Amino acid sequence: MTAAAGTGGRTGVEVRLEDLRRRYAGVTALDGLNLTMAPGELVALLGPSGCGKTTALRLLAGLEEADGGRVVIAGEDVTNVPANKREIGMVFQAYSLFPHMTAMQNVEFGMQLHDVGAAERRKRAGDMLELVGLSAHVHKYANQLSGGQQQRVALARALAIEPKVLLLDEPLSALDARVRARLRDEIRRVQLEVGTTTLFVTHDQEEALAIADRVGVMNAGRIEQLGPPTTIYSRPATPFVAEFVGLTNRLAGTVKGGEVEVRGTRLPLVKPDTADGPAIALVRPEAVTMAADGDIIPGPMVGTVIATVFLGATSRVTVDLGDITVLAQLPTSDATSLTAGTRVRLAMRRDPVLIARDEKASTEA
Amino acid sequence: MKLRIFRVVTLIAAGAFFLVPIGAMFEFSTRGVGENSPRTLANWKAILDFPELVGPLTPNSSGIIASLELAAITSIATLVVLVPTMVWVRLRLPRLRRVIESISLLPLTIPAIVLVVGFWPMYQWMGINFNDSILTLTFAYIILVLPYAYRALDAGLAAIDVKTLSEAARSLGAGWPTVMWRVIVPNISSALLNASLLSVALVLGEYTIANNLLYPNLQVEIVSLARTNAGVSIAVAVASLLFAFGLLVGLSFVGSGPRRQRARVRERLVQTFGRDLSGGTR
Ligand SMILES: Nc1ncnc2c1ncn2[C@@H]1O[C@H](COP(=O)(O)OP(=O)(O)O)[C@@H](O)[C@H]1O
Ligand SMILES: [Mg+2]
Repeated sequence: MTAAAGTGGRTGVEVRLEDLRRRYAGVTALDGLNLTMAPGELVALLGPSGCGKTTALRLLAGLEEADGGRVVIAGEDVTNVPANKREIGMVFQAYSLFPHMTAMQNVEFGMQLHDVGAAERRKRAGDMLELVGLSAHVHKYANQLSGGQQQRVALARALAIEPKVLLLDEPLSALDARVRARLRDEIRRVQLEVGTTTLFVTHDQEEALAIADRVGVMNAGRIEQLGPPTTIYSRPATPFVAEFVGLTNRLAGTVKGGEVEVRGTRLPLVKPDTADGPAIALVRPEAVTMAADGDIIPGPMVGTVIATVFLGATSRVTVDLGDITVLAQLPTSDATSLTAGTRVRLAMRRDPVLIARDEKASTEA
Repeated sequence: MKLRIFRVVTLIAAGAFFLVPIGAMFEFSTRGVGENSPRTLANWKAILDFPELVGPLTPNSSGIIASLELAAITSIATLVVLVPTMVWVRLRLPRLRRVIESISLLPLTIPAIVLVVGFWPMYQWMGINFNDSILTLTFAYIILVLPYAYRALDAGLAAIDVKTLSEAARSLGAGWPTVMWRVIVPNISSALLNASLLSVALVLGEYTIANNLLYPNLQVEIVSLARTNAGVSIAVAVASLLFAFGLLVGLSFVGSGPRRQRARVRERLVQTFGRDLSGGTR
């Protein structure tokens, strides 16, 4: 009730998920999830389908009960508080507008339940709809709005009650690519404007990296790595993160004395204490370069260009090395001459690399 | 084009199927006494002279009033029991849905006369220990209309995303009663209407159970009247048919408030009767 009382001064609060656990008939959806969100922060939970993202969100919202662990919002333990008393705004993956209400009435609904007076309600609903750019559509019903517009109304509706936390569960996944990118940026703009602590769930890495202050990469019911997008991308802490975020070459090699030898090149290890033996090294396409000298005599890094994909400033080149293909991401100026069929010799930058988990190494080495 | 013709033919055939007997009944009920005597509404006027049809509600009279009351109570009680249950099952016990559905369809597979055998001792007990009013038939009728009401409501609930809508409402601060009244009910209004239409129609036409449990509802009175005065009995039958039909049409307009457009009303009528027919033939 307090959240709806004030009008200005919406400041985010700290949100803590402590050791959350949840099982469904034999499936462990959450396996001790820990996450602390700073006030006003936007954290994206990123992970493959089925890793427990939605479950985490629903436990935070109170729509599902935890088997163990705590949910703490603004210093208050709300683990046993029902969903309708948690002051949490939520935008769902499925379209969730009340079909029998106009956009305006949808936005007013929550405020009505919070005993906001009619005049104040109407004004604030108007403001919220303006904030999401829908002033022209306030009297339309859900079936008269596009998917993107419906999600904007849902966002306005969630924010209208001035929630302590805003939760978004893959709100863009039903939209087409162009709308998705635009609405993503808009959600970020609105979130920065209202300053509400926000948890954004997605399985789309580009979305997560683009929108979040910090990204939490989830795997099998826990967060594997939590950090700013640049860190997640350039310094993945685990092989899972490395492979899930961005593209990765899986190259067979041998670990020896804190280094890994891959196709004739010795690369440093992120974790130098890795045991010696055969291993799969994970090498980013950016770390694969064209060899400086022109001699193309047969060798482990010599091959034929299969395809070149223009991405803008960089281009992605697929090279067939005989036994495997590797991806190289090069400045477009270097890649223009690399048409399919060109013979090339590649090199690898000596960035520290991760070693893939054992079970995969043994099956593919 | 072919489809159009097919539809028209079907409509005419179905119409004839219903209207010819009713027309014949009407013809019979307006015959005068003796050959060549002019048409007369005497039988129709006489309806009002039979207290067992229209008199005040006493334990053993007034079939019309009793049946109307039964229809109203049964359809409301059915909705009150069924809607929250079905919503709850959808939200919390989705795996029980098949079970609940088959249970609710059971009364369809059991002949009314068999139901009576089961009801008999219960009604005997109820008559002694609780109440022997004809309105206790409501309990039997709720079971009787269950399959139809369930089907109608299930179609309505399937058309909306009950889970997401109620969770959205909950996160906005709505308790369960608010979720029901302000989110679910308004969005299944035509299903609620369908369910009540079916309940009303079923109760107004019910004979077997009432007769065997010795409660004189409308149909029982019509039959007993037929033995002494066939003309009046047929007149009442036609009147009750027309009344039921009028009620159904009337009810189906109730759900469409003034703010909705005519097109939507028409659409809903088609929907209602389309669904009614399919529900009835199951
Ligand atoms: N209501 C449920 N009943 C049974 N299993 C469930 C239920 N909800 C989720 N799960 C299971 O829990 C795991 C995590 O699900 P979820 O949190 O929805 O993943 P995500 O949102 O990351 O795709 C999945 O294996 C899923 O099958
Ligand atoms: Mg999910």
